Amino acid sequence: MKKFKNRMEFRPLLSLIVILVACGILSGGSFFSLQIVDGHLYGRLIDILRNGSRYMVLATGMTMVLATGGTDISVGSVMAISGALACSIVDMRILPGLGGNTLAAVVIALAVGALCGAWNGFLVAKLKVQPIVATMILMTAGRGIAQLIADGKIVTITSDSYYYINGGYILGLPFPLYIAAFMLIAALLITKKTAFGLAVEAIGVNSRSARLAGIKVDRNIWLIYIFCGVCAAIAGLIESAGIKGADCNNCGLMIEMDGILAVAIGGTSLSGGRFSLIASIIGALVVQTITTMILAFGVAPEVIRVFKALIVIVICLAQSPAFIAKMKEAFGRKKVVAQS
Amino acid sequence: MKTKTPLKTRVKISNISLLIAGTMLVVMYLAGASVYDRFGQVSTVLNLFNDNAYLIVVAVGMTFVLLTGGIDISVASTLAFTGVFSAFLLEKGLPAVVVIPLVLVIGTLVGYAQGYAIHTFQIAPFLVTLAGQFLMRGMCAVISTVSIPINDPFFKAAALGKFSWKLSTGGTAKLYYYVFVALAVLLIAWYVLRFTRFGRAVYAVGSSEQSAQYMGLNVKRVKIGVYAINGFCAALGGVLFSFYTLAGYSLQNMGLELDAISSAVIGGTLLTGGVGTVIGSMVGVLIQGIIQTIVTYQNLNTWWTKVTVAAILCFFILIQRVIAIRAERKKA
Repeated sequence: MKKFKNRMEFRPLLSLIVILVACGILSGGSFFSLQIVDGHLYGRLIDILRNGSRYMVLATGMTMVLATGGTDISVGSVMAISGALACSIVDMRILPGLGGNTLAAVVIALAVGALCGAWNGFLVAKLKVQPIVATMILMTAGRGIAQLIADGKIVTITSDSYYYINGGYILGLPFPLYIAAFMLIAALLITKKTAFGLAVEAIGVNSRSARLAGIKVDRNIWLIYIFCGVCAAIAGLIESAGIKGADCNNCGLMIEMDGILAVAIGGTSLSGGRFSLIASIIGALVVQTITTMILAFGVAPEVIRVFKALIVIVICLAQSPAFIAKMKEAFGRKKVVAQS
Repeated sequence: MKTKTPLKTRVKISNISLLIAGTMLVVMYLAGASVYDRFGQVSTVLNLFNDNAYLIVVAVGMTFVLLTGGIDISVASTLAFTGVFSAFLLEKGLPAVVVIPLVLVIGTLVGYAQGYAIHTFQIAPFLVTLAGQFLMRGMCAVISTVSIPINDPFFKAAALGKFSWKLSTGGTAKLYYYVFVALAVLLIAWYVLRFTRFGRAVYAVGSSEQSAQYMGLNVKRVKIGVYAINGFCAALGGVLFSFYTLAGYSLQNMGLELDAISSAVIGGTLLTGGVGTVIGSMVGVLIQGIIQTIVTYQNLNTWWTKVTVAAILCFFILIQRVIAIRAERKKA
């Protein structure tokens, strides 16, 4: 058994606890208060879990992509597409033959999410376009496609079964949490119980040597981008069910940055290699907790970005060997001076 | 080790790509002119420059960064910050002669700091500039979350000052003075990249940082320098944009960095570094502008602009890949 302190999950968990405790103290304990109304749990912590679930789903897919040394900046646009598509189907604006069936809408949205991922994967794996540029195409086009699907309008829907995706409860806990847990467990099973996880890490460390070792690099990268596309589509469903409609301009706007941030907080190196899905999930919770905290204390939501910037800077510096070496050097010199 | 295509073929990639982009621009313009009467008038061409002057400046700065193989996704936030901060200062009663140099210096310093972190601490440019993006956008919100109007006389004069002349076909053609700022930036950047030691070093670092280091070039100066230049251009773009809108708003131009990057790519800049021209980036900006004009004339959903730009971007990336693969095969 590895010591827990040395595990990747340790540092993000520690920062989550620190932030939560800080919230608890600053709010005088009301941050942690939970109420049971109609058998459902309510409270800030539950809010964090519910609103954080789309970050968790996104972070699951993003972790795998980043672990191969790639990036996917199109997830926000894919969210907009999936939300617009599902809402339009439920509202019977398109494909009225389905009769507004929620299940059919969800399945189609997920399939289109997979298609978007396959497109990204095709550009990255087959045409060898740099991941940022390759996914930038869909990022630019995707929001436009979503607008065209929704005919440039904000689609509002009335469907209790669709609302359930975000607002439902099972055993007192919000339904999206179960979706996030399902995706996490599925991803964990695939990466831990099969050789796939090892292959992902190998590709991230050095894709050339991975290929020489007999790993089907192209096919694996392709699969990972498809998985990330599906994750983004799910996040889009959760978000659109939350606002009870599809707002193509704002659904998942700049969320790709939050997804990458969550993974970075989790400690997965953004240049590929060692990764931890659970650490990324904790990272997603950290991002959401900071957001909830700032909203709870009545600060303008736009200011959150300043905090996020500070977090990114700290993480970057902590991950940079050059910075650590410089600090050590500076620290060492001081010591010498003190001794003389 | 990454295999690098030899210099001769790399220059070719840029030339062919730029040639296609230039042809595309002309064809699109002629196609537009053949369908719409007013499209063929000189005012349409001038409006392309009037409406996209700020984007040209930003794209020029971005080209410097892309040429070294880096990327900067913070420019849109820097641009918005410049607008909000100068509107804020002007509202407080500071004169424009103080405000404009001040915001330009701030933009340059932000770029310098990012370049410093990227080079000295060896952090991925994407991450550093992501932090910069969050920070500048957040700072906008700290100053004001609502749009601040600009009533300063100098800004107003700069916003409205223009050459205009009556056309024989009716209507007036206008060219705003601030367009010349953008064109001046373009010319200076072209000169710097082509004829100065710094400019050639930018290409050298982009082709191979290691070789540039061995040749004794000051890689640190180049890498930090391009980010500082980019920060300056973003801030200048912000000033031009506030001439254009006469207001500062914190959520202005979300996603502009991608417009700038795609302009450069359409104009033949390779994102791996070492290949590209600022003239190409201007052509890229104009292509996007012309698409927007056609979409407006056709009375289509404005989102068609984005979809079309993405399709064209995709097309140019594919061309670059095909040429690169061919060059590699020839070598082998």
